[in-house]
Amino acid sequence: MEKKEYTITLYTENSIGLIGRISGIFSRRKINIESLNTSPSEAEGIHRFTIVINESEEVVKKLCRQLEKQVDVLKAYYNTDEEIVWQEQALYKVPADVVTEKLYVERLLRQYGASTVVIRQDYIVFETAGHREEIDRLTEELNKYGLIEFVRGARIAIIKNSAGFHEKLMEFDHREPSPNLVENEYLDQRGSVFTM
Amino acid sequence: MNTIQKTGYKPQVEERGKAIEISGSKAVLEALLEEGVDTVFGYPGGAIMPIYDALYDYNSQLKHILVRHEQGAIHAAQGFARSSGKTGVVFATSGPGATNLVTGLADAMIDSNPIVCITGQVFASLLGTDAFQETDVINITTPITKWNYQVTDASEIPEAIARAFHIAATGRPGPVLIDITKNAQLQLFDYMGYKKCSHIRSYRPEPEIRNEYIEKAAELINQAQKPFVLFGQGVILGKAEAEFKAFIEKAGIPSASTLLGLSALPSDHSLYVGMLGMHGNYAPNVMTNECDVLIAVGMRFDDRVTGRLDQYAKQAKIIHLDIDPAEIDKNVKTTVPVWGNCKKTLPLLTELVKSNNHGAWLDQFRELEKEEIKEVIHNELNPSGPVMTMGEVIKALNELTNGDAIITTDVGQHQMVASRYAKFNHSKSSVTSGGLGTMGFGLPAAIGAWYGAPQKTVIAIVGDGGFQMTLQELGTIMQFGAKVKIIILNNEFLGMVRQWQQLFNEKRYSFVDITSPDFVALAKAYHIEGQKVSEREDLKEALKKAIDHDGAYLLEVMVGKENNVFPMVTQGSSVSDIRLK
Repeated sequence: MEKKEYTITLYTENSIGLIGRISGIFSRRKINIESLNTSPSEAEGIHRFTIVINESEEVVKKLCRQLEKQVDVLKAYYNTDEEIVWQEQALYKVPADVVTEKLYVERLLRQYGASTVVIRQDYIVFETAGHREEIDRLTEELNKYGLIEFVRGARIAIIKNSAGFHEKLMEFDHREPSPNLVENEYLDQRGSVFTM
Repeated sequence: MNTIQKTGYKPQVEERGKAIEISGSKAVLEALLEEGVDTVFGYPGGAIMPIYDALYDYNSQLKHILVRHEQGAIHAAQGFARSSGKTGVVFATSGPGATNLVTGLADAMIDSNPIVCITGQVFASLLGTDAFQETDVINITTPITKWNYQVTDASEIPEAIARAFHIAATGRPGPVLIDITKNAQLQLFDYMGYKKCSHIRSYRPEPEIRNEYIEKAAELINQAQKPFVLFGQGVILGKAEAEFKAFIEKAGIPSASTLLGLSALPSDHSLYVGMLGMHGNYAPNVMTNECDVLIAVGMRFDDRVTGRLDQYAKQAKIIHLDIDPAEIDKNVKTTVPVWGNCKKTLPLLTELVKSNNHGAWLDQFRELEKEEIKEVIHNELNPSGPVMTMGEVIKALNELTNGDAIITTDVGQHQMVASRYAKFNHSKSSVTSGGLGTMGFGLPAAIGAWYGAPQKTVIAIVGDGGFQMTLQELGTIMQFGAKVKIIILNNEFLGMVRQWQQLFNEKRYSFVDITSPDFVALAKAYHIEGQKVSEREDLKEALKKAIDHDGAYLLEVMVGKENNVFPMVTQGSSVSDIRLK
């Protein structure tokens, strides 16, 4: 079957170590993760993973079943690019003189909707968000003008048709609210604990 | 003391009046008692010492079996779980203690055994510092546990253990590991009582049963001319033996077992047509590619069952009943998936299927069975040559046990022979390592199986190779008096590898010739009675003596060095290309 880009959306508990458990499901099948983002979801205490892979639908479907099988995973969806609204963020560090002296660079940045994040004498940092092709095109253009540094963030995506699960999620959140995360409180008390 | 709840947890412990201040270690043991645990297999060490210290006061309620290696502990717990239907419990210390559980965890994971492992861990303040005997046991065991969790504060213990037992035993069972830091074991906290876990927000152990699929499945079965049932351990795990029997009897469908499904249906049932797979019976393998509807019940289409997938049952419509939705379509594309516990789905299906008797179709199995008897079984069970075969040992054993014993096996040729020829009258009486194929499993599993069903005769059938991987558990038998009968089928080879080398590597016997100690003398060193048999005329009497002996017994039987296990589906072949010789 033909491989294409799929975006997997997972709703999970906010558990320590879950990212390892999830990434292990991909790595054991030798599937490369193109992009991975984790963040809180609209429901408190429930996290959302957005994972991009290039695979056939059959493989993605099986992966989602394996993912959903994990105790801490509430739901797994997979979607093609057409079924989601998605964005990737990018930061570009460009020499300041190029922007100030060459107006066409500024025009280029305007054209791509980039906004300024930091202005220094030696460099300027721009930020933009969009589809990967747009970001890649801007990167290519800025490379011609001495792009110093570039970083792109992981994909974030909203499923166009996810109203049904949103309702369920909010119901979960209402019925079974999650407690707050507590980190290991002993890690800074090494000296005061007796060891064998 | 305030209650610390880790991520994703909702407190479930209810107040039962006034709080009592107890240690984390005591809370562990209280939790086990609340879960109905009476037997624990384990090995102490520095990081789990507080739990062992607390155990000193619980001796009358909790039986602790001190094994000789942590791998022995977890295989024993697996044997316990498989023979009793309960959850097996293991204690181990941190670092090497915990890593010695890894093989057993992987084995339990693939064979769906409900196990709760409790490991000690270094003080929470030392986590991540490469402290003495520290390993990152959570990350090491993540892919081979159904769930794992590290406790760093005593107040987490009751809920963590309650969740562990719930997760291990529900849905598709599996191993769970709780790693408890030493400070949490020592720490005093306000114990508010224990509440069993019956619900976890993100965990749905059983998928919703969809009636439309039951109806569709029944329709396919009712239209079928040549329906065929493959059943696996899901029938036993779902405690659905009676429901399964009712289903096949009403529909009149020939039924074959996977290796782990053995004993779910009595071996002498009129619809039982044998075992599937690489060394399974001839008829079920061949007829898989002849049937028109294949009904898989609680089995997972392992590659040792299917052979070449692209030639597997291509002509058949496939109905797959499984509690684990991830198994549907994983290996074999299903026509109708029937999600759910087969204890619930089978009666729904039975209600809708018509009474039938596929007599002519069943006769086809019996015809092929006759061929297998003529070509393979007769010679294996009634050899004319002077050298004993493994099959005749199992046949003699059947005559003595009448199919009522629990049989554990190790892994290799003897495992396949025992699984092919042993008779089982009762469910949960075949205990073997299927998915992982772990050599060294048989002996410790037998110890656990005996504790799980002490009223039964438990027989470990092992090879000379696998036995030497965990033979130190003879010490456990000696100390605790587990009445396990050990039958070593000694062919002085790592037999299965040798068979492959013979068949596929032009007899290049590379490092399969294994020298063994004097097993009987070894048993005697552990104060276990034993005998070695090399002549056929001594076999039956020796077996009888072993079984009648009040206590553990080791019987070493010398069998043919280069005997092979047939039939065989060679790797990369279709199941219908099964070789009879």
